[in-house]
Amino acid sequence: MKHIKTLNTKNLQNTVKKGGCGECQTSCQSACKTSCTVGNQTCENKK
Amino acid sequence: MVHLYKNNGYNIALDENSGSVHIVDELVYHILEDMISDKDFTPVSFEKAHPGAYSLQDIEEACSEIEELRSEGMLFSEDPYKQIITHFMDRKPVLKAMCLHVSHDCNLSCRYCFAGEGEYNGPRSLMSPEVGKKALDYLIEQSGSRVNLEVDFFGGEPLLNWETVKELVRYGRAREKEANKKFRFTLTTNGVLLNDEIMEFCNREMGNVVLSIDGRREVNDRMRPFSRGAGSYDLILPKFKKFAESRNQSNYYVRGTFTHYNTDFAADVLHLADEGFKQISVEPVVAEESMDYAIKEQDLDRICAEYDRLAQEMLKREKEGRGFNFFHFMIDLEGGPCVYKRLSGCGSGAEYMAVTPEGDLYPCHQFVGNKAFRMGDIWNGIEREDIREKFAACSVYTKPECSDCFARYYCSGGCAANAFNYTGDISGAYKIGCVLQKKRVECALMIKAALADD
Repeated sequence: MKHIKTLNTKNLQNTVKKGGCGECQTSCQSACKTSCTVGNQTCENKK
Repeated sequence: MVHLYKNNGYNIALDENSGSVHIVDELVYHILEDMISDKDFTPVSFEKAHPGAYSLQDIEEACSEIEELRSEGMLFSEDPYKQIITHFMDRKPVLKAMCLHVSHDCNLSCRYCFAGEGEYNGPRSLMSPEVGKKALDYLIEQSGSRVNLEVDFFGGEPLLNWETVKELVRYGRAREKEANKKFRFTLTTNGVLLNDEIMEFCNREMGNVVLSIDGRREVNDRMRPFSRGAGSYDLILPKFKKFAESRNQSNYYVRGTFTHYNTDFAADVLHLADEGFKQISVEPVVAEESMDYAIKEQDLDRICAEYDRLAQEMLKREKEGRGFNFFHFMIDLEGGPCVYKRLSGCGSGAEYMAVTPEGDLYPCHQFVGNKAFRMGDIWNGIEREDIREKFAACSVYTKPECSDCFARYYCSGGCAANAFNYTGDISGAYKIGCVLQKKRVECALMIKAALADD
């Protein structure tokens, strides 16, 4: 594309099917202990 | 919805519901602005509204690119999640993470400590190994089929009860196999009592360590003194540097708090980076509005400008090969968590609980000591189902302020304790926190854009 550069191809909607297993880290526990940041959490379900 | 913004020379369009991030030129930026505000938008109407600014051919070309992304679900995508998440939230939550308050005592007197000076408005006390083991048993029992369990050794200062920490790690490891669980232990410490033996043990057993230091000496020592007033910086800094190196500069965070008194906190982050740390988290203080050090609304412009300054400096250092991670700017656009995780909140009071030295259960460490939030204990389990249900029901869809916020997939509705401190309700919104969260997401995406642009 000439006018638009897209940074990522993953669509959040695709995570609806396989998501929700709950094996991931608790967001608050990971580093901060005072604020909720989930965008950087790792998915533990790579299947 | 599409969130459009400019930062550091980049025009960024975030498609909220798909999570797609686009760098766009001025023409597309302009068109998207008009598309969002004008339902009757057409290329011809756009050209007429902005005579001479762009050729119709360019406008049509840009519009066709926009329509291509729309058809692929990467621009103006719908929110299909509300029903799915509401159903998901109805499940019976299982416990998977625990904050073990092994010490309600501390050897520092940090001025902003939400735990008083470590004792959480109660007597100074240490958790016994018996209580700790029972807490781990309770976590295993309540965790259903979840395999990965997290336990953070917290305080007060957990190193004041180090022998118990070691005993509990050994106990947890001994139970892992028969219970089919994996414990991920972590430690949050002020560093005063750190020594080689502790570091070696942590490097074997702890998946992460959080090392509390606020940044520059004068900033740290103002808020993190010993009880007689002496600063802690000179004692802890060399230990933290050694610890970070011994962990190969990964699986740790130096973690600072900034307050009304250091709204120029980028200098503290950069100071920690200059001292060699690669994993850094410096966060706004959680405090009641009335406290002198609380972040005030009039601080927000300054703080947002600091986030911009920090993002630009981080980019510069990254390009020079001396980059570092700043926790709040880390966003994984390709991997990252599923949408359930993103929308269902931090899990406090349901998937995550705090345990006091006496074995009482609270929704999280921030609520410990507030008797109205005592949920039960590790012997009798949850006695206040109403508290668990209220926390378990929290999601961005139960918070009116979140429903049209572009950052909702990145903060999951924010911190319940912040919301409670600010509004008296865990489902409220801590507006200062929201402004800062949005700014951090914008900076994080800009960094991604700039790195992709090279």
